[in-house]
Amino acid sequence: MPHDVPMKSPAPALAPREIPHTVSPGLWTLAWRRLRNDYVGMVSLAIVGAFIVLMILSATGLIAGDWSREVGTNYAPPSFIGADVEGGTPAAPAAAPTAPPPASEYKTSIVDPIGDVIAELKGEKAAPAVPGAAPGAEEKSVDPLADVMADIKAGKGVKGETAPAEVRAATLPFGGDKWGRDVLKKTIKGSETSIFVGIMSAIVATILGTVFGALAGYYGKWVDDAFNWFYSVFSSIPYLLLVLAVAAVLQQKGMLTIILILGLTGWTGVFRLIRAEYLKHKAREYVQAADAIGASNARRMFIHIFPNVSHVVLVQLSILTVGFIKAEVILSFLGFGVPVDVVSWGSMLNEAQNELILGKWWQLVAATVAMATLVTAFSLFTDALRDALDPKLKGRHGH
Amino acid sequence: MATDLQFSSGPVISVRNLRISFRLDRTTTFDAVKGISFDVPHNSTTALVGESGSGKSVTSLAILGLLPPENSIIDPRSEIIYGGRNLVTVPIGELRALRGGDISMIFQEPMTSLNPVFTVGFQLEEVLRLHMGMTGRAARERAVALLHEVGLPDPQRRVDFYPSQLSGGQQQRVMIAMAIACEPKLLIADEPTTALDVTIQKQILDLIAELQKKHQMSVLFITHDLAVVGEIADHVVVMRNGEIREKGPAKQVFEAPQDAYTKALLKCRPQLDRRPVRLPVIDDFINGSPRAAADLPDRRRGVEPGDPVVLTVKDLGKSFYSREGLFGTREFKAVKNVSFELRKGKTLGLVGESGSGKTTVGLTLMRLHEATTGQAIFEGRDLLAMSQKEFMPYKRRIQIIFQNPYASLNPRFTVGQILTEPMQIHGIGTGAQDRTDLAFELLNKVGLSEVSFYKYPHEFSGGQRQRIAVARCLTMKPDILICDESVSALDVSVQAQVLNLLQDLQDEYKLSYIFISHDLAVVKYISDQVMVMNEGEIVEIANSDEIYRHPKMPYTQKLLASIPKGWAA
Repeated sequence: MPHDVPMKSPAPALAPREIPHTVSPGLWTLAWRRLRNDYVGMVSLAIVGAFIVLMILSATGLIAGDWSREVGTNYAPPSFIGADVEGGTPAAPAAAPTAPPPASEYKTSIVDPIGDVIAELKGEKAAPAVPGAAPGAEEKSVDPLADVMADIKAGKGVKGETAPAEVRAATLPFGGDKWGRDVLKKTIKGSETSIFVGIMSAIVATILGTVFGALAGYYGKWVDDAFNWFYSVFSSIPYLLLVLAVAAVLQQKGMLTIILILGLTGWTGVFRLIRAEYLKHKAREYVQAADAIGASNARRMFIHIFPNVSHVVLVQLSILTVGFIKAEVILSFLGFGVPVDVVSWGSMLNEAQNELILGKWWQLVAATVAMATLVTAFSLFTDALRDALDPKLKGRHGH
Repeated sequence: MATDLQFSSGPVISVRNLRISFRLDRTTTFDAVKGISFDVPHNSTTALVGESGSGKSVTSLAILGLLPPENSIIDPRSEIIYGGRNLVTVPIGELRALRGGDISMIFQEPMTSLNPVFTVGFQLEEVLRLHMGMTGRAARERAVALLHEVGLPDPQRRVDFYPSQLSGGQQQRVMIAMAIACEPKLLIADEPTTALDVTIQKQILDLIAELQKKHQMSVLFITHDLAVVGEIADHVVVMRNGEIREKGPAKQVFEAPQDAYTKALLKCRPQLDRRPVRLPVIDDFINGSPRAAADLPDRRRGVEPGDPVVLTVKDLGKSFYSREGLFGTREFKAVKNVSFELRKGKTLGLVGESGSGKTTVGLTLMRLHEATTGQAIFEGRDLLAMSQKEFMPYKRRIQIIFQNPYASLNPRFTVGQILTEPMQIHGIGTGAQDRTDLAFELLNKVGLSEVSFYKYPHEFSGGQRQRIAVARCLTMKPDILICDESVSALDVSVQAQVLNLLQDLQDEYKLSYIFISHDLAVVKYISDQVMVMNEGEIVEIANSDEIYRHPKMPYTQKLLASIPKGWAA
């Protein structure tokens, strides 16, 4: 990492015969100094940094660990708006026709999406013989929820933490979702997923693109032809189709799947750029000089050339991160993304499309604002980074 | 054309107290030009001479108002008086009308100054349309006439050529045609011949001199090369570090220079008729060292038949292949049947124009290019026939110093890493400590302080970087050193220092050099034997005094006749 105090270069480590010297700033240090002078870049970096800190805190469970608790009333409005004045919650009238008894416990149970599943499990437990399950179920179909109700009533005293009867807040800091979960915490938890997926898949794509590009650009000839052929075929397939194909092959939903999908499909841009950089650099005199002193191919590729193209890699990495954060949102929105038990900005937006009809805008706004802030800050930071690393600005070349 | 400007018989342009600085970042600025004043007289050629960083090009850009406004600051008290107006304060629209009309410019690189997607005729006609209001047939006829005037053969046909279809010299002629298209009063030529071969350089210089007389223009000729100045200039302005060191008529500056720096510039450059044991360097003159005045004896050069041979090259050939059509390939023979012997402790100079194959010979011997045919016998073994593995121990014995010291050092390595890496690869030295000590020793040897070990290449000047490159080669204790245009990119003063260093090393270690250069004066100074190449073949090979005194082949004679003679009283 670039750092204000210049890194100790490897060479002095093997120089016990110390000579008084000031450690010279390397190119990374100079780039960092330029970046530090860039006001917009530093503000963006601070914002990106804050998001990443948030992500780490959330991942370690220090904050937003309890995002899934239903702490407010359904669609609890944000505190700054105040509790809903239209009397009760909109969910109550919707629930009324199906369930006349005004029992508050009942109301919660109808929105419990896994109530049926529980009932089935109960039914199975009650009648272990599989063939006999059908009549048993039929019997209970008179009141399918009676068992559950009884169970809930009985269990209320035993396991209190899931108790739906606890007092629910009428308003939440930034509103609640359909189940009364805190949107703010949900957004924080969602940012964990989105940023993690974005960064990890960008790393996968960048590594693939860099290695392929380095090999193709450095060796040229048939190696280059082979990679180019692969690249052309790969990039001729429509993007979404490719994503669906990878998703179908992997056969499961989860964060790892999304990371692989985005990583395996996103390397092409990096490949093209890095290949061009290697083509350019392998003809440079310093690489010829390395050849002349007997440096091997691998040494020339990764020790000599790579540090000189690493700024391109770094900029590509952050461009891809921005792109993949957006891509994850789109995939989750379309339903190819994270599974239902994981929250991400994309799944929040997916829920928000129904809520918006009811006039519940806060979940949409929360996810959108969070994403827009991060993506904008990341993009501006990328620009600043590119300016700071631009070799053209490097020193005055005396010609 | 802006013809309302009034000229008295005085100078065409007067620069008064010009002060220019560049913004490096928010807090620091760099003073490029520090309050200079000079005149460009009517109908004559004024040369602005200086090394890199002297501010000569910045001055010429300031006259045309071409400095980038975002990071350059021209002191408001500066004056550039042209026809009674101060160009520093004149509105940009008026300045634009002057550019290309009254004042025009020729740049250093004709290849990048012409737009590759338009024909030269189109680009010429554009100038005529913008400044003279000429269109259609009139513009085309004028374009052909201009191309004829600048000596482009068959201008009727070539007017429809694209720049890539013309050679470098022809492109520069087109640039000159564009510059004189509107009968400018002042022509600014910024190093117009630096990128060209010596034979072409002579033609272009002659052309500029001829046009200057014919059109009674004033020419501001910017160059680093005093020999060129001597051929063309009436007045000379010598600049260094943004200041004027000396100005006056050419005769006075060349025959009785007053300033120590001017004297140094005149002496540092190797001369064709003398070969002192050691070249004087600028510092000698500036510090008034006695070495400056000392008349050193000449060094004897040449190869005796009995001198031991270190490398024998036989029938070396190198072809490049380019794809043509779907399956066909076309062969281009860059080097054909080159045979020579390199003697121990001697220098073989390799001269030729661009495209003569001289660099390819060097790279092929290093096996940086695969040779197509031929042998290179070193210690009884053919270097070119070995496998990569067999060649490895020989690799360090032949080393190369490249042309551009800004490109040949890895910018991400410290000097210490650059110097210890080859020792690590070849297992020289017993351990890290030993290698570091050796690196310190070599830094001293090439005249750099030991602190340099911890620095990065970007902290050094061009000459210092070339010393680092030399030190890197020396870490491997080579027998043969190939210098590929190694001093061509350096300033005259630095060139002398590096040449002295190379000479000292040869005296000490008995190194053999293959010295590749297009600069005939430098080759004459450093070489024992000279080999002249043209179009991939050897034209002539002989002892250097012999070849310069009695060139046998017509090509060699032509080449030698093109060398700028400098000031001839």
